[in-house]
Amino acid sequence: MLKYEFLELLQEKLSGLPQEDIDGHVEFYAEMIDDRIEDGMAEEDAVAALGTVNDIIDDILKDVPLKVLVKEKKKKSRKLKAWEIVLLVIGSPLWVPLLLAAAIIMLAVYIVIWSVVISLWAVGAAFAACAVAGPVYAVVCLVLKNYIAAMAVFGLGVCCAGLGIFMFFACKALSRLTVLLAKKTALGIKKIFVGKEKGE
Amino acid sequence: MDIQLKRGFLDVCVLAAIKSKDSYGYKIIKDMKPYLELSESTLYTILKRLEHARMLTVSTVEHDGRLRKYYRITEQGIKRIEDFKKEWSEMISIYNFVVREDENDA
Repeated sequence: MLKYEFLELLQEKLSGLPQEDIDGHVEFYAEMIDDRIEDGMAEEDAVAALGTVNDIIDDILKDVPLKVLVKEKKKKSRKLKAWEIVLLVIGSPLWVPLLLAAAIIMLAVYIVIWSVVISLWAVGAAFAACAVAGPVYAVVCLVLKNYIAAMAVFGLGVCCAGLGIFMFFACKALSRLTVLLAKKTALGIKKIFVGKEKGE
Repeated sequence: MDIQLKRGFLDVCVLAAIKSKDSYGYKIIKDMKPYLELSESTLYTILKRLEHARMLTVSTVEHDGRLRKYYRITEQGIKRIEDFKKEWSEMISIYNFVVREDENDA
């Protein structure tokens, strides 16, 4: 890919960001390519060394707050014609509840996912509590000379300790996965707002 | 590594790369390459953040018939490096203590 092709594609895919930001990124990458060429690289190699445009866009979007994209989209959207406003008002009993329902479902799914994670952490904490309570109660049983109960309770405590350790690592991995999923979803939502200019 | 910690590290690395002499994007990446790989998009974000925090200033200079942006460290940027050095000298002594104790234990 040549420099102008790369920069054009970058500009196109960044549309949706404030113009000032797009110009800043494009200028920066143009300078990077020029400096590499000056350093002895061929133009195509200099462009290739920057990575793919899609990866660059993902990297850039990670640091752009969603509200900036929404604000920019609002600024760029054209003024509605009278008949469109009338249609929107007439159709509002239908589309407003549908939109609200979609938003609530998304929120509910998010809450449910985190509830599962929190519940599993609670189960892990319960196992840890039993791991402590088991030996303590075993001592009480020993004092009361109930040796069979003491052994059973101590054994259960040890089992709970094992399960608690297992749950700790499982919950940690699950929490990380959930955070990663949330980040990917956020990136996916942000991508809806950028790079659509030509297709619109 | 923790994201905030890594972010702080990278900020100071970029400040260190422009401390002795004003520098430009590609040179910063080249100077840092033996120590850490930095992508252009990451560097751009760091430079913007540091500019916003007034730790560096940017000036556009003509070079071989084109424009190139040069980055200069400010007093605040130098102070950030000094603070970082102080914080990390404490961290290094803690690290040395942990390593020493661990080796004694082995």
